Amino acid sequence: MTKAITPHELDAVPEVTRLATGERGGVSGARSEADYSPDPKELRDDQVDGPELTARLAKTWGTQKGLIGALSTVDHKVIGRRYIITALFFLFLGGLSAVAMRLQLARPESSLIGPDLYNQLFTMHGTTMMFLFGVPIGEAFAVYLVPLMVGTRNIAFPRLNAFSYYVYLFGGLMIWLAFMLNIGPDVGWFAYVPLSGPEFSPGKRADIWAQMITFTEVAGISVAISVIVTVFKLRAPGMTLDRIPLFVWAELINSFVIIFAMPAVVTASALLLMDRLVGTHIFNPAEGGDALLYQHLFWFFGHPEVYIIFLPATGWVSAIVVTFARRQAFGYIALVLSLIATGFLSFGLWVHHMFTTGLPQLGASFFTASSMLIAIPNGIQIFCWIATLWDGRPVFRTPLLFVIGFFFIFVAGGLSGIMLASVPLDAQVHDTFFVVAHFHYVLIGGNVFPLIGAIYYWFPKFTGRMMNERLGKWHFGLAFIGFNVAFFPMHITGLMGMPRRVYTYLPEMGWGNLNMISTIGAAVFFGSFLLFLYNIVTSARRGPLAGPNPWNAGTLEWASASPPMPQNFDRIPIVTNREPLWAHRDSLPVAAGLSVENREQIVSTVTAGRADLRESTPEPSIWPFLSAVAITILFVGSMFTPWALVWGTPPLALALIGWFWPKAGTEDER
Amino acid sequence: MTKASFQPQDSEELLPHRIVLNVRSMPSYAYGHRSPIWWGTVAFAAAEGMGFAMAIGVYFYLVFINGNWPLSAPPPDLFWPSLFTVVLLVSAWPNARAKRDGEQENLSATRRNLVIMSLAGIVLLVIRIMEFNGLHVRWDQNAYGSAVWLLLGLHTLHLLTDLGDTVVLTVLMFTRHGHGKRFSDVGDNAFYWYFVVASWLPIYLILYWFPRWW
Ligand code: HEM
Ligand SMILES: [Cu+2]
Repeated sequence: MTKAITPHELDAVPEVTRLATGERGGVSGARSEADYSPDPKELRDDQVDGPELTARLAKTWGTQKGLIGALSTVDHKVIGRRYIITALFFLFLGGLSAVAMRLQLARPESSLIGPDLYNQLFTMHGTTMMFLFGVPIGEAFAVYLVPLMVGTRNIAFPRLNAFSYYVYLFGGLMIWLAFMLNIGPDVGWFAYVPLSGPEFSPGKRADIWAQMITFTEVAGISVAISVIVTVFKLRAPGMTLDRIPLFVWAELINSFVIIFAMPAVVTASALLLMDRLVGTHIFNPAEGGDALLYQHLFWFFGHPEVYIIFLPATGWVSAIVVTFARRQAFGYIALVLSLIATGFLSFGLWVHHMFTTGLPQLGASFFTASSMLIAIPNGIQIFCWIATLWDGRPVFRTPLLFVIGFFFIFVAGGLSGIMLASVPLDAQVHDTFFVVAHFHYVLIGGNVFPLIGAIYYWFPKFTGRMMNERLGKWHFGLAFIGFNVAFFPMHITGLMGMPRRVYTYLPEMGWGNLNMISTIGAAVFFGSFLLFLYNIVTSARRGPLAGPNPWNAGTLEWASASPPMPQNFDRIPIVTNREPLWAHRDSLPVAAGLSVENREQIVSTVTAGRADLRESTPEPSIWPFLSAVAITILFVGSMFTPWALVWGTPPLALALIGWFWPKAGTEDER
Repeated sequence: MTKASFQPQDSEELLPHRIVLNVRSMPSYAYGHRSPIWWGTVAFAAAEGMGFAMAIGVYFYLVFINGNWPLSAPPPDLFWPSLFTVVLLVSAWPNARAKRDGEQENLSATRRNLVIMSLAGIVLLVIRIMEFNGLHVRWDQNAYGSAVWLLLGLHTLHLLTDLGDTVVLTVLMFTRHGHGKRFSDVGDNAFYWYFVVASWLPIYLILYWFPRWW
């Protein structure tokens, strides 16, 4: 462990032996090419400086012009930007389908939308929000920001990362295209059997849903792995575990949850596809299968899913709170431990989605208890954030406003959640609008509000320009009011007995007024997003220039230019503090000696973050894109014939070989 | 509330650098856990291991739902899967050699080991086909059949992936690319093979012995 540095010597840099391992590359007793001294003709960054260094590195790390160049890029910022924009686009589509539903529900016996279309709408809405927006948006921010925040030049496995983006994009396009061709899924976002099984859902609708899961999970797991390895192995020298930014911790834990939760939903959807397409009987009670098994598999993933959506948001909140409180996080260790505890506990809870299916008494009590247990780490986090703000000198700019909105909405959602965690109450309001209200408070409060704050916060880094503050405040006001007007009344309609997933209701039920209010609120909420969009577009063009660190923040992404150069940093920073830029206000300690002509980055050790290797990272390549195309053909084809697994494999294998085959002339070939 | 310090400063420059460490002489790759690819392989193995765990969970869930097991079919034949298990276990030895000779950056030995591993994979694949023939149940016969095919299919998928990987790597080591960091890849490929071996043992017991004991 590095010794703690007292506040008086904040920028004291520890001696070299603490920053680097100094070990050979080869195993002991063997002569290894790893230890050959680098080609003396190759230019290194201890030989050039200033604008020339910047320009040369930008050339080495840049993305080629043209379509092929764009599709070959492995720059985490380019891919990350696409990821973010695509996820926001799906948020918009999901929002449109919600508005359509709300218009239909505004009045009793409305004939705007029929039952068929309504089924598709809530399925598309839920599926899009959970799989095409909720999970990817957190990973998208990780792809863009984690490498910058840990002080490296690219994400680990950049080609895998590019591949995952295209797979995600194609999966999302597939399901929306199907919806437009009127073969969109209509079985709810969790597609329970037997409704989604071969008997009750003939046709392709349920297959499309299940295959979309495959796409997004392949993408999700790939990104999670890239993020984990980036955090483990690519941190800047000196970034010990207790100096990792809280946002990065959140994304790291999130990636672990993804790796352990997503295989369950892939299993569920793959088995569903097999039952539907090749006649297996896993979920068929007539032949020894079981329908509840599907629910167990789905919710083993489904509950952690809520935390997959929530964990990155805690990262956004931590980053914003610290910057705008102008002090280090209160209770850093407690915050990290709560993240880890949340990660573990999220797996203990799936059964609470199945309280009404008839569980043994003891089992139900156990799961009620553990559902309530998870309130503890969440409570600790909220306490630490508030303490940080309390003790700091908070500056109420738009990002912080959205964080404060998050506090209120999320806590309200947590309260109705604790109500639901008790079995008797859940039995009453199960499948009513009370539940719809609850999970929108949790999801929108816990993810969308912090997300908007995060966009206001990092927009200057992404684009080099500030967003308009006045519009931001208006945006916040409209969003906060619109949201509550839309969703608070749903608690009451739910308690009055209005079931979810019904396309209309009778006037005698007396739900009309509340539903009208909800719809008006939803319209206001949607309007706030249009204002947001306007702010984004105009600010990206004409906003005031931001400079590298407009908020005076402490983490490393603000040590790069805005927007960052392809190489992120001209030299890799050395970290001596949790908020490196607050510790070093006049000059940045850095490591030199990396190649200027080849894509080299520092590989460090997992816990102490000591520099260990200077490894080269992959060049741009078109093969990840082609592999994504090949796998799309295979996945889509297999919905129509199992033989697609046979004829679809050779092209995929070919593309993968192209991907992994070394190209002549790159660094590790010389 | 110091608003002034928050005005965007477009003229603000990047911080000047102070070089405190030179990494010029650090090695350009290393073996095992020092290498990012090793961690990537571990992470993939974890995700896939989770997939196996789920499939095994499905199998036992169905056992307990049904009570009697296997459902209206005799237990599968033992000969081919047992042979498969023996060959698979034996293959761990050349696999260990492949890793060790790779770390010594011994090209000719590495080539030999990889050829052996490719052949082992092909032999195993042939045995696997025989194994499928001795299951005595089709995937669409009942839930038992589906679960059996699920587990065996899942493992076969991993066998195929690793075989493909090994063959490509073998060819690679016979080209001019066969040096340097590729030796580290040999080690990671060997690691993945251990995962294929380790994941098989529980499946072997579950598919072939468990129905006889139940
Ligand atoms: C513009 C904001 C939104 C509005 C007005 C809205 C409205 C609705 C409504 C009315 C339903 C219930 C449909 C029914 O059961 O009849 C619903 C369901 C749902 N919403 Fe939202 N929603 C919004 C945003 C979100 C977001 C951001 C998420 C997730 C991150 C989300 C996730 C879901 C899910 C998972 C369902 C359940 C779908 C199903 O029953 O299969 N919603 N939404
Ligand atoms: Cu839950």
